[in-house]
Amino acid sequence: MSRTPAPYDDVAVCAPVTAPYVRFSPESAHWWAGKVLRQLAQDTGFGPADIDGFCFASFSAGPDTAVGLTQHLGLTPRWLDHLPTGGASGVMALRRAARAVQCGDAEIVVCLAADTNQIDSFRHSLANFSRFSQDAVYPYGFGGPNATFALITDAYMRAFGVTREDFGKLCVAQRANAMSNPLALQRRPLSLEAYLAARPIADPVHLFDCVMPCAGAEAFIVTTPEIAKARGLAAASVLATIERHNAFPEDPVQLRAGWAMDIDQFWASAGISPADVDSLQVYDDYPVIVAMQLADLGFCKQEDVADFIRSTSFAIDGDLPLNTNGGQLSAGQAGAAGGFQNMTEGLRQILRQPLGDQVPDAEISVVSGFGLVNYDRGICTGAAALRAMK
Amino acid sequence: MTERSPREKRDPLARKKARHVSPATRSRAMHAMSARAAQGRFVLQVCTDCDKATYPPRDACPYCWGELVWQDRPNGAEILCETVIRTSTDLYFRDHLPWRMGKVALDAGPVALVHLHQDLGVNDRAAVRLMLDRGGNAALFALPPTGEIDMTDPQLREFTVPVVGKTVLVSDASSAIGLAVVKALHDAGAGLIVAGMLPPERLTDQKHPILNLDGVQPVPLDIVDQVSLSEALSKVGGPLDIVINTARHVRGGGVSEQANIVEQRRAFDVSAIGFTRLAQACAPMLAGRSHGAFVDLISSDALAGATDNAAFAAAEAARLSLLQSFRHEMRAAGVRVLSVFTGPVEDEHHQPVPPPKVAPARLAAAIVDALHQGREQSCVGDVASDAMARWLSDPMLYAREKNL
Amino acid sequence: MNMSTNPALAAMLGEIASGAIRVIDLTNILSSDFPVIVLPSEFGQCEPFRMETVSRYDGNGPAWYWNNISMNEHTGTHFDAPAHWITGRDIPNGTVDAIPAEDFIHPAVVIDIADEAAADDDFIVTRGFLEEWEKQNGPIPARHWVLLRSDWSKRVGTLSYLNLKDDGAHSPGPDADAMRFLVHDRDCIGLGVETVGTDAGQASLFDEPLPAHSILHGNGRFGLQCLTNLDQLPVFGSVIVATPLKIKGGSGSPLRVIALAPDKD
Repeated sequence: MSRTPAPYDDVAVCAPVTAPYVRFSPESAHWWAGKVLRQLAQDTGFGPADIDGFCFASFSAGPDTAVGLTQHLGLTPRWLDHLPTGGASGVMALRRAARAVQCGDAEIVVCLAADTNQIDSFRHSLANFSRFSQDAVYPYGFGGPNATFALITDAYMRAFGVTREDFGKLCVAQRANAMSNPLALQRRPLSLEAYLAARPIADPVHLFDCVMPCAGAEAFIVTTPEIAKARGLAAASVLATIERHNAFPEDPVQLRAGWAMDIDQFWASAGISPADVDSLQVYDDYPVIVAMQLADLGFCKQEDVADFIRSTSFAIDGDLPLNTNGGQLSAGQAGAAGGFQNMTEGLRQILRQPLGDQVPDAEISVVSGFGLVNYDRGICTGAAALRAMK
Repeated sequence: MTERSPREKRDPLARKKARHVSPATRSRAMHAMSARAAQGRFVLQVCTDCDKATYPPRDACPYCWGELVWQDRPNGAEILCETVIRTSTDLYFRDHLPWRMGKVALDAGPVALVHLHQDLGVNDRAAVRLMLDRGGNAALFALPPTGEIDMTDPQLREFTVPVVGKTVLVSDASSAIGLAVVKALHDAGAGLIVAGMLPPERLTDQKHPILNLDGVQPVPLDIVDQVSLSEALSKVGGPLDIVINTARHVRGGGVSEQANIVEQRRAFDVSAIGFTRLAQACAPMLAGRSHGAFVDLISSDALAGATDNAAFAAAEAARLSLLQSFRHEMRAAGVRVLSVFTGPVEDEHHQPVPPPKVAPARLAAAIVDALHQGREQSCVGDVASDAMARWLSDPMLYAREKNL
Repeated sequence: MNMSTNPALAAMLGEIASGAIRVIDLTNILSSDFPVIVLPSEFGQCEPFRMETVSRYDGNGPAWYWNNISMNEHTGTHFDAPAHWITGRDIPNGTVDAIPAEDFIHPAVVIDIADEAAADDDFIVTRGFLEEWEKQNGPIPARHWVLLRSDWSKRVGTLSYLNLKDDGAHSPGPDADAMRFLVHDRDCIGLGVETVGTDAGQASLFDEPLPAHSILHGNGRFGLQCLTNLDQLPVFGSVIVATPLKIKGGSGSPLRVIALAPDKD
């Protein structure tokens, strides 16, 4: 690398909004986008005419992309991006919008993810997911991502001695964190016994290792500190970001992902270390990926991940507050919005606007994104460190 | 094999079990892999520049962007991890849960997801076979690399056509080929073999040792006659699992020289129109079966014409064309349409042809083997194998040299 | 009401209506499973009857039902014309389209060989047999169809109709002397049989092979094959109506053969 990435001066991230999730919705992704934008308007006073940058992520807006959404929602942006990157979309949206604002290409950028969920949404989205999945994954039992991550989990457990109890601790902790989140779809207490006894989906993945697909939307705004202040909006600054896709292609099984390639540069750019992180919002499609992020982001060594899980409290008031809204595993996965909900939660904690319980003295959030599975591993990764602006 | 497996019995009032096939859409590169899997080959794409193998099928080398070509590759592998799928949104796999699959590191280089044989586990060595699934698309199946493979593995059975206990129709059992096929099916444990006998019937046929074997039922059948076909099928009292089309009309002759129009018409009537009649009549019966299959015996002359047997070659070419369409039609029902190519057969119709010729018994064994392996395309004997290899590598050259 | 002015025709119609004259159908049903003669495999074969429905009150023809049919000229109950055999190739008016229509109506004499045929599949009708028959029944009249009643038609639908063994077919028929007797001494119109051929099943192996075809057609006489119901006819006195299709240059054709016979009592 010949240049170090420039810092994110003069960029403010604010206005996290969530359209409450429902399990099934007859409405379209466009409707869900409209719903979260209505809320954004209420919170910020911004209307269609104010938005000059738009970044959109969705699995169910077809045949429309961000282009169709601009005309559908009455926007006339001078900066537009479409992110088909699923769980990494939130971090990637932030990175792009931040540079646009920083360089003056746009001033008020709405980053939005919206997805509907209908009875056959899951089956349809599977059938057309990616060329490699169609050719070389689903013909092998059509187990969907559950089977793909079951294979990764099987290998991960063997490689690092992580047990089902260890994964169970993560799921139980996230469920406990979800108890205070009024928008979480799953708030029934989860015990380790119940986690272990749950029915198998694709061995070794069991019921509580899986997210519940649902409909919903998430959004946030990237703008200048001046505009945020003028509107009276609490904001955060971006300390550092990384992004990496298709990392370690020679690894036979995905036991590490993109963050591991650039994590040293991440902490160096941010000027902080893992110990400084007040809230950690990682992408949690499966607990194995949560564990992978703990190691790859530098909170522990890869070979020590089991010990780290066993010796750390992930509660909102614990050693390392993790997925404090319950994560997707408890709050639900609203399609691409799953890659934004960790961003909005990370923002809320440091902006002191939590949906549920507040992480004490939260100043710095690290948000990490992951997805999509193209063949046998997640391709996209990203991470961002945010600090509350004074 | 003398134990007759009983034919399937089930409650006649219960609604018939619907058969499904999983989604069959694939990329073009994957279809190219399937076309080679159909021939029984294990292939991977290999880069013409850097020589590395890659998988899943794609359109440029991921190491150097070089051009990729399909090549036969060693099929050894090591199993890295596994899972048992217990839920699925796909109707086909739902019918077959739980389904065991895993990931292997192929000796040839890439990693691949595979179906796992019940006798394999993580860290085992495996031989990976490229087989066609019920939708007609290539899939990798990891099998024990040595020793006898347990063919009753329920997942492996989805890729093959079992013969034991099944009802099989042989369209022309009166020929030397047909009789050999009946015998081979009997020895392989077929439950009932309906032996189609070309009229006219002879008194001596009634005492033929093969036609009197246990489980063999001769019926008059001439596939060029709609009425004969309907009546023959009406005598199959229960389900029909497999049809083996051995009907052919071999007569010499050219095009502008020594053409015999009557024989040419009969050749087309048997090879092409008869094929259509047979396929049309049997397709609904086969579609309802758990392992329905249609095996067509076809001459390698179908590929590029034959100077001395022009009419026969043309009729077989028509047959080959119809096979392509028929195969596609049957995919949705999960019925396998297999082709067994042969050169000249050691029978009364090929007397003036010099060796090498294929003995009827060998042809029959190849047909049974194709069923047991689920192999879509087989070539029996040197002539057919040579013809196929030449035709595949340079069809225009082959058509020229074949007709010199 | 304008009946024929010829009293004989009028009387005939009246007697048919009253049953005094029976109309007997000597024809087998023409279908794809009616067997046809089998020749040695190196020769072209006789195609069986085939029927392909074009439409049957359906999308291919909402108000009508019709079929395409195909067959050899010698399929099913059929007529052999002189041109059918090499010996008859130069006979004038030797093809079915050229035979004068009056040759389609002739009287018949019925010779019973049923017992002999039952005892011996390969029973040969000799001149001696015919002469003996005449002693018992009276002379074979001139210009008559000679019908051999063998009851072979009762075997239709079974393997024993063609009666094929490893060495070919086995069915009764005349030898050359018998044929010369019938043609030259008795001036027969033709020979009618219940089997697939006027010749015996093994006739190609006779010293004078295939004598019925050879001698009949070489002398401009006709053949009728695959007849049935001959057991309903009197020995003398029935009239055969046999009208082959008017095929241009045809060697024969399937046809409807009927007999007009006096009532049994």
